[in-house]
Amino acid sequence: MARELHGSIVVPGERLGSKVEGKHPYTLDMGGVKVATVIGLLSRRDDKNVFINLKGVYMPEVGHIVIGLVESIAITSWQVDINSPYQAVLPAHDFLGRPFNPATDDLSRYLKPGDYIKAKIVLFDKTRNPVLSVQGDGLGRIVSGFIVDVSPSKIPRVIGRKRSMVNMIEEKTGCTLFPAVNGRVHIECPNRELEMIVIMALKLIEAEAHTVGLTERVAKFIEEERARRGV
Amino acid sequence: MSGKTQVRLIDENGLRHDGRRFDELRPIRMQVGVLANATGSALVEYGKTKVLAAVYGPREPFQKYMVLPDRAILRVRYHMAPFSTTERKNPAPSRREIELSKVIREALEDIVLLAEYPRTVIDIFIEVLQADGGTRVAGVTAASLALADAGIPMKGLVAGVAVGKINGVLVLDLDEVEDSMGEADMPIAGAPDLGLITLFQLNGVLTEEEVEKGLSMAWSAIEKIVSMEKEVLRSKFEAVGEEA
Repeated sequence: MARELHGSIVVPGERLGSKVEGKHPYTLDMGGVKVATVIGLLSRRDDKNVFINLKGVYMPEVGHIVIGLVESIAITSWQVDINSPYQAVLPAHDFLGRPFNPATDDLSRYLKPGDYIKAKIVLFDKTRNPVLSVQGDGLGRIVSGFIVDVSPSKIPRVIGRKRSMVNMIEEKTGCTLFPAVNGRVHIECPNRELEMIVIMALKLIEAEAHTVGLTERVAKFIEEERARRGV
Repeated sequence: MSGKTQVRLIDENGLRHDGRRFDELRPIRMQVGVLANATGSALVEYGKTKVLAAVYGPREPFQKYMVLPDRAILRVRYHMAPFSTTERKNPAPSRREIELSKVIREALEDIVLLAEYPRTVIDIFIEVLQADGGTRVAGVTAASLALADAGIPMKGLVAGVAVGKINGVLVLDLDEVEDSMGEADMPIAGAPDLGLITLFQLNGVLTEEEVEKGLSMAWSAIEKIVSMEKEVLRSKFEAVGEEA
């Protein structure tokens, strides 16, 4: 049986009405009527009609904490993939926290292609690529755990209202989760089995993000998987 | 020898060689999300014509010189697979394929919100797997679905269909036999939600009245195809949990 949905599915070009809240560019004002530009869910929340996009591309914003994948090393910076249309730059002096001399410092000693980092976007507009900083609490190279890719539009559901989903998964598995807005989730678990359960739970959330009763279903799924695997 | 046999294009009952009425579409099938590696993808069938579309991006192009400062570039490659026709098709891009890539790009450019992603490129690959007429319009339909599947913001969905003239009668959705033996072929694509025609070509000769009538036939068909597109996109999300 199909799951009950949080609202009705809307596709590009469909009219949503005039009083609908939705993020740009996923809704468009056309002559006073809002129109959906991507596939989404039209639902009622707190007496308001809200459009939630179910598809979309991650667009960087200053202040976002993202999980980046180091792609290459330039002379004075690293090129970092942040799962957005624009490749980010992490300046070497920011990562090292000191003045940097490319003649004497070898950047590959600190970060290599394939490394993941947690970083903050400190500069971005659409005319220049995002600049990252790792100066801050919990930022820097990720040295342990696992990174799971989830659609960026499903991250709010991974977090849940007041972190309800993240808290539930952490309680039930003993793992720690860090869902970054750019669609990457960093998980650290006591063992590989629990890690596998969390990955499967995240994929379940991604597939059923628009359905009702998801937190309960994910909780049940984790309990059943733990029992089945004996962990 | 051409390999073609003489076919009666319209019989005494007014039915076409495959049994369709003059204003009847071929059976249309659509599927989205068929390629895991693409940002969005779709497989569309108009009768025996099968077209696969894959969308990648928005992303920064390797050739950085080609970017535009105020919007994304839409790159379209329409290509016929060597096995798509009865005789092997040379896989190198032909003049026709280069032209069709351009007209399909122009059919989509006004629909996609390109200004949201300056300095990037959105790639659309349209691969004709089996050709039986109407490949460009099936390609437009597949590309529109693949763009929606990729989550690239667009003002509306686009679909295409061809109208042609055989034995002096206007017919909808020509197949290969009708296309090659008919008197005219008029591929049209549009976005019914916006009331926009985005592709309009004519090969052959039609009177002004025939063009008007053909356009009206095509528009009704485009509306039908776009509703099918919407249903396919919706069902992907509505069907969650059905297998459970």
